[in-house]
Amino acid sequence: MAEHSKRFPINHIIGFVLSIVLTLLAAWAALGSDLPVKWIIAGIMTLAVIQAGIQLFMFMHMTERESGGGHVPWNMMFHGFVLAAIIVAGSLFTMSFGFTHDHDDGGSHQQEEQQEEHSGH
Amino acid sequence: MKLDEFFVTGEPLVYGGMVSIVLVTSAVIFLLTYFKRWGWLWREWLTTVDHKKIGIMYILSALAMLFRGGMDALMMRIQLAFPNMNFLNAQHYDEIFTTHGTIMIIFMAMPFLIGLMNIIVPLQIGARDFAFPYVNALSFWSFFFGAMLFNISFVIGGSPDAGWTSYTPLSGAAMSPGPGQNFYLMGLQLSGIGTLATGINLMVTILKMRAPGMKLFKMPIFTWSTLVTCFIIIFAFPILTVALALLTIDRIFGAQFFTVTGEGMPMMWANLFWMWGHPEVYIVILPAFGIFSEVIATFARKRLFGYHAMVWSMILIAGLSFLVWVHHFFTMGAGAFVNSVFSVSTMLIAVPTGVKIFNWLATLYKSKIEFTTPMMWSLAFIPSFVLGGVTGVMLGMAAADYQFHNSYFLIAHFHYVLIAGTVFACFAGLEYWYPKMFGHKLNERIGKLAFWFFVIGFHVTFFPQYFVGLDGMPRRVFYIIPEWMPLNVISTVGAFGMGVGFAIFVFNIYYSYRNSKREKTGDSWDGRTLEWATPTPVPFYNFATVPHADKYDAFLDMKEKGETTFEEEKLEPIHMPSNTGQPIIMMAIAAFASFALIFEWITLAVIGLVGVLIMMGIRSFDYDEGYHVEVDEIKRIERDARGL
Ligand code: HEM
Ligand SMILES: [Cu+2]
Repeated sequence: MAEHSKRFPINHIIGFVLSIVLTLLAAWAALGSDLPVKWIIAGIMTLAVIQAGIQLFMFMHMTERESGGGHVPWNMMFHGFVLAAIIVAGSLFTMSFGFTHDHDDGGSHQQEEQQEEHSGH
Repeated sequence: MKLDEFFVTGEPLVYGGMVSIVLVTSAVIFLLTYFKRWGWLWREWLTTVDHKKIGIMYILSALAMLFRGGMDALMMRIQLAFPNMNFLNAQHYDEIFTTHGTIMIIFMAMPFLIGLMNIIVPLQIGARDFAFPYVNALSFWSFFFGAMLFNISFVIGGSPDAGWTSYTPLSGAAMSPGPGQNFYLMGLQLSGIGTLATGINLMVTILKMRAPGMKLFKMPIFTWSTLVTCFIIIFAFPILTVALALLTIDRIFGAQFFTVTGEGMPMMWANLFWMWGHPEVYIVILPAFGIFSEVIATFARKRLFGYHAMVWSMILIAGLSFLVWVHHFFTMGAGAFVNSVFSVSTMLIAVPTGVKIFNWLATLYKSKIEFTTPMMWSLAFIPSFVLGGVTGVMLGMAAADYQFHNSYFLIAHFHYVLIAGTVFACFAGLEYWYPKMFGHKLNERIGKLAFWFFVIGFHVTFFPQYFVGLDGMPRRVFYIIPEWMPLNVISTVGAFGMGVGFAIFVFNIYYSYRNSKREKTGDSWDGRTLEWATPTPVPFYNFATVPHADKYDAFLDMKEKGETTFEEEKLEPIHMPSNTGQPIIMMAIAAFASFALIFEWITLAVIGLVGVLIMMGIRSFDYDEGYHVEVDEIKRIERDARGL
């Protein structure tokens, strides 16, 4: 297929390799490194943002003219963010009745202390 | 695992099911072999990427699922009319209401509507196929195998029995061990891939492939309803995907997301489920609204009243549908403030819905109504759906819902909206577009007979349930007290009426195939939108020349100007996608992997998954760019079809 070998997807290969490298780096940071936990978290968050950028700009047509110079993907991403906000904030809002999951920081909220008393442990 | 653990044993009804599965399968295999139709089946159907054929396969599968779900319903009704007969025991009853609910919503309502969208939307916007025909085939097969996986559970491994809502902790590994619940999870997960892909596919198709001149606000209303539905699908289905995955990880790999013992949050399942679940009910009602709008405008012989208000109310409904999910668990104990917020948002949804009702009434007002069967379904829909909507608002009042919740009042509510809305619309849409799909109409007299049986049966079944609910009868019980008996018997009688109606409907398909007059023109009902501009049967490329469609009700305009979709001097070769067997093979392998995971055979599941990845690899290096239909051939086909 001559037509295809002409447009060898060099950009895609670079993006592909980069995204794998970033993933391995994140996995190493979390599993294999001796960094302090805070650094690991900050590190993999940064890697995640770079990773998202690579995906969006190298694969997801963010800058192509056909997608309105990115208008369409930005539009969908905006709605995606709104929905994510609804899911997270909505879940916190509706599910905040008497659940406690903190065991390490000594129960700073009053409600949690009450809970502890009730359940007696 | 021993064979008697693999197959479900001990239930006469299940043995009956096994026997009929074996009989039907062998009959199909025999007929295909006898008439030498295997090659035809493979070439024309299993490997097709034609949106019209895929749509037909969707609708056929949905009708089969309606039959299965309907049998489940009749079994439940028999049990409730004769609770002392020991027709179903508690376990069996639980399994049946679970499969009934899941099948009807996921494997009947959605595929039926998606089938109609498949066939009609490209025709309405002047497109020659979907944006991604290959993906469309993939979607269908993922739905089909997901449905088969779920349906087989009652003979192999055991049915899920925790309700279509599958609430944790009941559906967790501790309280529902065994493969049953896994069937639910994997069946939904597999078919969910297809639904999501269709959502994306149709959205791109509508946004990118409209006929020149067709602005968004010139699109037919059914296409608009599809676009809005796609939007809901794209944003709601990932929530289900994640929830199902979390529960699968809980059940199979021992995580504790939703468990009681392991510090999980069982109520989070209900929360996530309904974040998808409420949008889901609008996924199945908005296309129905679109169908009714088309049918009413056509047979009232008028332009749809308030087109812009109709579109905007759908958009508003779609937005609001993501903000009301808590009304499904007001009684979970979230507190007065949380409940009040969602109570208000729930009642808000009734406003745009009401706007639509008034627009339909205004379209009908002072019009000359033609009482065809699709129109009858649409006319029956309006008052019936109002009953469902009004009781919905009653349920939306959080304080009152403590009384109604999980009673037969709720059951009556959602059957009034789902049957009078979605099911009536599926029947109306199928009858309305039937001549476009198959080249002949369904018989009107038999159709009306089916209509009356079904509609009267429907009200007789579900109207009493409001009252038996107010009398305190809870849902999902297999045994009832004498006080509730009379109304339950009435319900059962009505249910059999609906069964008869459905049987007549299906018979009508056969009868009309034998006896109906064949359509000569493509325009069976004197239609208004572009799908009627194509000849019948629709050529596989749909439009020989794509019309310029800058008017609302584009085909009306074309008829006035004497234009057709066959303007000889404008003909050009048409680029079409090639058929491919990859989608069915890929999804069959995915189904195999899912099946293995259901029985927790991890090695086999991994092998299946690798198979799916290999298929994806093959697809990535697949440079088949389709083929061109030459001008001469188009001329020949069109002249044939148009009798020129
Ligand atoms: C006017 C609009 C509507 C309102 C205000 C409304 C309100 C409600 C409320 C408050 C409930 C929960 C009641 C309870 O569990 O106690 C409910 C349940 C339900 N509604 Fe609606 N509804 C509306 C329209 C619809 C439509 C259009 C559909 C589908 C086509 C639908 C399908 C359902 C289903 C399936 C359930 C029950 C789910 C279950 O628990 O199994 N509703 N509705
Ligand atoms: Cu709801």
